[in-house]
Amino acid sequence: MSAVMITRKVRKWEKLPGKNTFCCDGRVMMARQKGVFYLTLFLITGTCALFFAFECPYLAVHLCPAIPVFAVLLFLFVMAMLLRTSFSDPGVLPRALPEEAANGNVPAGQRPPPRIRNVQINNQIVKLKYCYTCKIFRPPRASHCSICDNCVDRFDHHCPWVGNCVGKRNYRYFYLFTLSLSLLTIYIFTFDIVHVVMRSMNGGFLNTLKETPGTYPLKLSLTVLEVLVCFFTLWSVVGLTGFHTYLISLNQTTNEDIKGSWSGKNRGQNPYSHKNIIKNCCEVLCGPTYPSVLDRRGLLQEDTLISSSNPVPQTTVSAHKHTHALFLIVVSSFRHTDS
Amino acid sequence: FPQFHNLQELRHSASLANKVFIQRDYSEGTTCKFQTKFPSELESRIERTLFEDTVKTLNNYYAEAEKIGGQSYLEGCLACATAYLIFLCMETRYEKVLKKIAKYIQEQNEKIYAPRGLLITDPIERGMRVIEISIYEDRGSSGSSSGSSSVSGSTAR
Repeated sequence: MSAVMITRKVRKWEKLPGKNTFCCDGRVMMARQKGVFYLTLFLITGTCALFFAFECPYLAVHLCPAIPVFAVLLFLFVMAMLLRTSFSDPGVLPRALPEEAANGNVPAGQRPPPRIRNVQINNQIVKLKYCYTCKIFRPPRASHCSICDNCVDRFDHHCPWVGNCVGKRNYRYFYLFTLSLSLLTIYIFTFDIVHVVMRSMNGGFLNTLKETPGTYPLKLSLTVLEVLVCFFTLWSVVGLTGFHTYLISLNQTTNEDIKGSWSGKNRGQNPYSHKNIIKNCCEVLCGPTYPSVLDRRGLLQEDTLISSSNPVPQTTVSAHKHTHALFLIVVSSFRHTDS
Repeated sequence: FPQFHNLQELRHSASLANKVFIQRDYSEGTTCKFQTKFPSELESRIERTLFEDTVKTLNNYYAEAEKIGGQSYLEGCLACATAYLIFLCMETRYEKVLKKIAKYIQEQNEKIYAPRGLLITDPIERGMRVIEISIYEDRGSSGSSSGSSSVSGSTAR
């Protein structure tokens, strides 16, 4: 009987459970359905492209050259925030390894252990629920996203427009995205109106039609298109920004707001709030940048054993790290006590 | 496959008897803090004060990383002004503290825990949920309970 061991190094993201997709060898992490995210990209870049191509030349010459410059900076900021929100790890909690999960398992026949743990946070009792998929007691404010099949820390919501969950690690980028997008939409909307008003003031619609007979109807219809897109975007995005500003000032998540955790009869009992709007805003927006605990690009060793007697290859994955050296110290300590 | 052979030899000398999980302490909120309660499984293996010192030092490191104050505001505002591109070349304060924590745990393992047959796993490798302490037993001297790595809470010793 002969056996062959094939060893290959894989990155940890290849072995992660959950329904995420990874790109750039684990550097980018998104949800599986990305269609709406592409739509968001298309709408933003498309509208801005039209604005830069058709409005900006006129406005730069007749009004102020700083207008397109500021628009470009704002557009770049919006894109940076969007990509940061979409591509980063929202704060996914890795699943418990068997030994950690076994802490709660009992042999069949006995009563199952309690699946709710009560903890006291700032003199408020909070129930921690057990997640059957991840085999952990969810930390406070964490929730399981069924779309991505992960528990996410400080889970806010799953945003299809961004193609990712919004959680502890990317909430501030999400908020800055909605805020800057509101500003960009208002900016483009305002200058579209200004453009149309200025053109009509400069000699009336008919005169300008005579000047540029071929292109003016096209330009006008494109401007109208931009105005429409901005108008509808405005209501939703500005509304969303307002809603999240309200949540931040109270230090609540969308998830908690929807469930009504700290409203109604529980009003004023949010144990995470500092009871001060400035402090709450500072914590959420200027707090520390939490690291990802997933280690997507870490290396694992995958050993596949193929033996002639058993044609099914058996694969074991292990992380041989510096614990090897520490293990030697453990062993040598036992040798010492023996001798 | 030399590494494979070494671990085979090592596994003959010491076996993993049990794992203890130090849970998070949420009494002050969601900041990272671990319980300092001394687990009963470690009673015969390590002094209570050494264990408590380790956990308290780790808690202090995490508190330092998550502190909201002048420096975190500065870092946040500066990063925001550069659309967070500055983090492509600069390390965040949290990452710097995590490196310090990793070094501290390595040091504690080398000096205190491994000589007592224990190994601490860095909490970041367990999603910052628990401090995992592995308890090893000397396979040469232990009797019939050696050889298996079952981790039920009621291992007979």
